Amino acid sequence: MNIVEQVLAGSKRALARAITAVENEYDEAVEIMQQLYPHTGRAHVIGITGPPGAGKSTLTDKLTKEYRRQGKTVGIIAVDPTSPFSGGAILGDRIRMNELTLDEGVFIRSMGTRGSLGGLSRKTAEAVKIMDAAGKDIVFIETVGVGQSEVDVIKAADTTIVVLVPGLGDDIQAIKAGILEIADIFAINKADREGVERLNTEIEMMLELNQTRVDWRPPVKRTVASLGEGITELLVAVEEHISYLQKSDQLSMRRTKRTKNELMALLDEQIGRYILKNITSSGEFTAVVAAVERRERDPYSVVANLLRQVLR
Amino acid sequence: MEKRIRVLVAKPGLDGHDRGAKVVARALRDAGFEVIYTGLRQTPEQIVEAALQEDVAVIALSLLSGAHNHLFPRIVELCRQKDMSDVLIVGGGVIPDTDIPGLKAAGVAEVFTPGTTTSAIIEFIQTNVK
Ligand code: B12
Ligand SMILES: Nc1nc2c(ncn2[C@@H]2O[C@H](COP(=O)(O)OP(=O)(O)OP(=O)(O)O)[C@@H](O)[C@H]2O)c(=O)[nH]1
Ligand SMILES: [Mg+2]
Repeated sequence: MNIVEQVLAGSKRALARAITAVENEYDEAVEIMQQLYPHTGRAHVIGITGPPGAGKSTLTDKLTKEYRRQGKTVGIIAVDPTSPFSGGAILGDRIRMNELTLDEGVFIRSMGTRGSLGGLSRKTAEAVKIMDAAGKDIVFIETVGVGQSEVDVIKAADTTIVVLVPGLGDDIQAIKAGILEIADIFAINKADREGVERLNTEIEMMLELNQTRVDWRPPVKRTVASLGEGITELLVAVEEHISYLQKSDQLSMRRTKRTKNELMALLDEQIGRYILKNITSSGEFTAVVAAVERRERDPYSVVANLLRQVLR
Repeated sequence: MEKRIRVLVAKPGLDGHDRGAKVVARALRDAGFEVIYTGLRQTPEQIVEAALQEDVAVIALSLLSGAHNHLFPRIVELCRQKDMSDVLIVGGGVIPDTDIPGLKAAGVAEVFTPGTTTSAIIEFIQTNVK
């Protein structure tokens, strides 16, 4: 059996290796994705995002256990930041999910952002597809602890849960602009702490002011993830969102948009690579750089020229 | 995207000493490794399963409690059973010199005791990883 057949047959080793191949852009990666693609599109993808330390991993752990009780299989991709200085990373989300490690119906993979700035890594969406093809019913994506502009998760997830905690004070004002607008569901985690009512009111007020989505008002749920409180209620909200997506055609609309974005991103990547290989590595290009440097030529007409050559 | 060496830093057994593991994890990160840290009190089964899912090239075990003669060989054995013999297994912590030959014979590639510099650890992994 080749690696794709093994993934489809449920081999965890093959699943792990397929993700590595894609993440490291090994030669076989494209072929793996080509062959797995027809088997994707079945999993429901849930994004979990929010500020650092909000309880995203703990919540993912508890939600997964609830899905397991329902007999569903779960894949989890947990993203942590890569150091921009060394390129290394400490991926620590598994610490909160250790009880899931030996569950046959759960597969957890940690990923470093590797230079991506949107809260995911460049290959997270592909890793989701691999888990989807491997037959996971639910795939969670835990983003890095986000501030305000790391909103890539909505490009990959069907349902996005934004996790907030009381006591951030005026921080909610700062993060409002970005991540609050991507929420399909709000979870106020650490609801055992002071300030829950205030945070709840703030979110509701913000939702009042921000009535862009008339047909789905993001519900606000309270959880104490560390104690497993409010998890069933949160899951009910997820299920309601799923049925809303299906009834309203939003699901197919979102997925069409995603497919389009993915195709454009792939094109962008391939065209970029082609250009790098065919133009920028030539000796002629070095000469052009020097000419621009000396102000004999300007970068704009140089680029226009190069592009004309490539597209000929 | 170039390949990153992925390392699982794990604390088997009931040992609660985690400073060494954290020092090693941070040093490896600063040397450009992707380090998966799973926290305290992991069973050998959990460690090997996490290593499989994360597809790491290295399992780095830290143990200061004295249970290394039991736990380290068990982890090596589980790796063998799961067809993961290509994974480099290293250990460290409070381990008597007299125990080290036995651990190496069992399949632990190298053992690092207190006072080892992190650069020695990094160098060993970089030269021996498959
Ligand atoms: C600090 C310390 C504690 C702290 C731990 C804090 C923490 N969160 O880690 C506290 C006070 C909590 C503690 C408690 C106990 N401790 Co204590 N503790 C120590 C002490 C003094 C230093 C350990 C340390 O942190 N060193 C600093 C780190 C950076 O060094 P390191 O871990 O050795 O790591 C280096 C190398 O070993 C190596 N390395 C380590 N791990 C790894 C992993 C890999 C993969 C690699 C490549 C390298 C590597 O690289 C590191 C850098 O050089 C040691 C004595 C000693 N000098 O080692 C005793 C010691 C480890 N403790 C000991 C004991 C007995 C205990 C207790 C049982 C005491 C008690 N009766 O309550 C408890 C048990 C705690 C528990 N739950 O397990 C004994 C263990 C005896 C044994 N193995 O036979 C020791 C050796 C003291 C002694 N001489 O008796 N302890
Ligand atoms: N008091 C309280 N603590 C919680 C709750 N949920 C999680 N925690 C604790 O908060 C800390 C951070 O939890 P994580 O789940 O690691 O948070 P995270 O958002 O995944 O963190 P990063 O991935 O580092 O951004 C841990 O110590 C948890 O035990 C909660 O509901 N109440
Ligand atoms: Mg986390």
